[in-house]
Amino acid sequence: MTQSAYPQSDNATMAELDPTDSRKPVPMRTLAAKPVDPESSGPAIRMKNLNAWYGDFQALHDVTLDIPANRVTSFIGPSGCGKSTLLRWLNRMNDTIPSAKAIGDVRLGDTDLLARTTDVVDLRRRIGIVFQRPNPFPKTIFDNVAFGPRLHTRMTKSQLHDVVEWSLRKAAVWEEVKDRLKSPALGLSGGQQQRLCIARAIAVGPEVLLMDEPCSALDPASTLAIEDLIFELRNQYTIVIVTHNMQQAARCSDQTAFFFEGKLIEAGLTTGVFTKPKRKQTEDYISGKFG
Amino acid sequence: MSDKSPFDGVEKRASEGRSLLDLQFKFFCISVAAVSVLILVGLMTSILLQGIPNLTWTLLISGPEPNPSEAGIRPAIFGTLWVCSLCALLTLPIGLATAILLEEYQPRNSIGRFFYSIIQLNVTNLAGVPSVVYGILGLTAFVSMFGLFKTQDRDNGYEIGVRYYDQFFSDGERSIMVPVASSDSPVTKPSKEMLSLDSELNSVDVFIYGLDDPAPTESQLPYAIMDDSEPGRISKKSWYYFSLPLGRGVLTGALTLMLVVLPVIIISSQEALRAVPSSLRAGALGLGATRWQVVWNVTLPAALPGIMTGAILAMSRAIGETAPILIIAGIVYISRAPQNLMDDFTVMPLQVYNWIGRPQPEFHGIAAAGIILLLIILLSFNAVAVLIRYKLQKPLS
Repeated sequence: MTQSAYPQSDNATMAELDPTDSRKPVPMRTLAAKPVDPESSGPAIRMKNLNAWYGDFQALHDVTLDIPANRVTSFIGPSGCGKSTLLRWLNRMNDTIPSAKAIGDVRLGDTDLLARTTDVVDLRRRIGIVFQRPNPFPKTIFDNVAFGPRLHTRMTKSQLHDVVEWSLRKAAVWEEVKDRLKSPALGLSGGQQQRLCIARAIAVGPEVLLMDEPCSALDPASTLAIEDLIFELRNQYTIVIVTHNMQQAARCSDQTAFFFEGKLIEAGLTTGVFTKPKRKQTEDYISGKFG
Repeated sequence: MSDKSPFDGVEKRASEGRSLLDLQFKFFCISVAAVSVLILVGLMTSILLQGIPNLTWTLLISGPEPNPSEAGIRPAIFGTLWVCSLCALLTLPIGLATAILLEEYQPRNSIGRFFYSIIQLNVTNLAGVPSVVYGILGLTAFVSMFGLFKTQDRDNGYEIGVRYYDQFFSDGERSIMVPVASSDSPVTKPSKEMLSLDSELNSVDVFIYGLDDPAPTESQLPYAIMDDSEPGRISKKSWYYFSLPLGRGVLTGALTLMLVVLPVIIISSQEALRAVPSSLRAGALGLGATRWQVVWNVTLPAALPGIMTGAILAMSRAIGETAPILIIAGIVYISRAPQNLMDDFTVMPLQVYNWIGRPQPEFHGIAAAGIILLLIILLSFNAVAVLIRYKLQKPLS
């Protein structure tokens, strides 16, 4: 591979992550040790006037939003407000629904995400997704994580093993599964399965990670583990989370967007949206008056 | 606003009456089930009583004989093996591909949806058609191929892999074979120049003599032929013999059984594919897989236990099919296993039917033994289906 799809780094190596590991290091990005300024990076995904329908029902009205690169953005709002729809349009998962339609200008860098001529397969490699309920394949843990790399690249066995280990370490699940990589993935607990799905998504080397309510089916301990994971990953990937849990949005994200009935009501820094919301609807939702 | 509730003055049903009805219905269901089980047990017992004494090694080894105690079912066993394995080889790819098309590649526009609904309607209807109809269809479509070749005889159509010979019998009781160009060639007249081969196809010299010539000597006898002897035309078919029209051979039988079994396999494979949860497909799509990659890597492996079970059950039905084979092949005297794809054949149910039709009661006995053999094969197929399903589901769930 001349141009690696995986995050490259000049200084950090895996040996820094685990000093006792004496194998050949896999280059990866440094974990940020200092807090990040949410304003300091440009947009990864720009949306302008996005409208989306399911058949005749309009699910999104004129959404204009920028999603900053290498930060965590959360979408909040009551049920049925269109946040999951928006998320799914970002990597064209709605193509599987025949009645779904979207018009607008959505770009990842130079790529127009909604055009019919866009290579959806490559798009989904660059924008990964983690679903609400963990959905590991009924294969071994190794095969689950190796699924993505096997689709997109040609790797030797040792390279594949390195990538699998790297992804599982990043997803903070390596220690729990390293002795049973060949056992069925469905034998893991819910939280472990969700972290496995995150590892699987990371293994293809995406730029953006979409998470559709990743913790809603998990117990509080697993939820905490995944929130820690999101915090660890925040500077290496652009992360978009849809969540029902406002406290989670306040804990995890750098930028928040509040949706209601298909319209984007307010978007901005998380601290700003939660402490000094500009719109009354936002304030009502955050204080629990509805939703 | 009166405070009269809609439940005032309504007559209550006695709950004892309803419980009695409940009990009566349960008893009725049990007795009906018992009757069907009893009938089955009765049939099985009668077959076993008749058949087990006749289930001998001779039955398995020998071919048809006029004496019931020497008759055997071996050609029928091989015929069944050939026809059913060929049928499985043909049906499974076609059936599985159709099921994948119908389930995984959903059409986007109304023309595609119309096309799909036609296919689905046909498949569902054809699953219920009596198999005799498929026999008649096979007769027209495969045996005589809609009359395209204007003949049912194989020698007047298109053939490869066969050689024709004119066979003379010499005075020394040896057979001399003279190759001829085709089955339409004129009859060979005995002459010194003709290419003569013995039964191992080695070249020999023949001694032709006429009525007025002296009788052949001792050493000339083996290859002596009179100049007015008439040969018989025989054919030698190699293992790759193929002819059009397909005639009444193993291939035709397999194709006809394929028609019988295909709708069942398509429907059961569709059900197995439908049972794969869509979250798996969504997960694979989200990783950037094309539709074919999703099917091949995720959906098919997950649906495989169901598909295999359906396929094995469909094949066990095919083994027991008598009517289409009866129409295709008929009751003919088959004394050996099929030698090539076009060879005549018989199957086990047909052999049983043949024996039952004979007047001697001993033949009925060995027919019962044949039925037991058939049942053993069917039960083992079902057991294999259950085992495969168990083995494939256990490690990954």
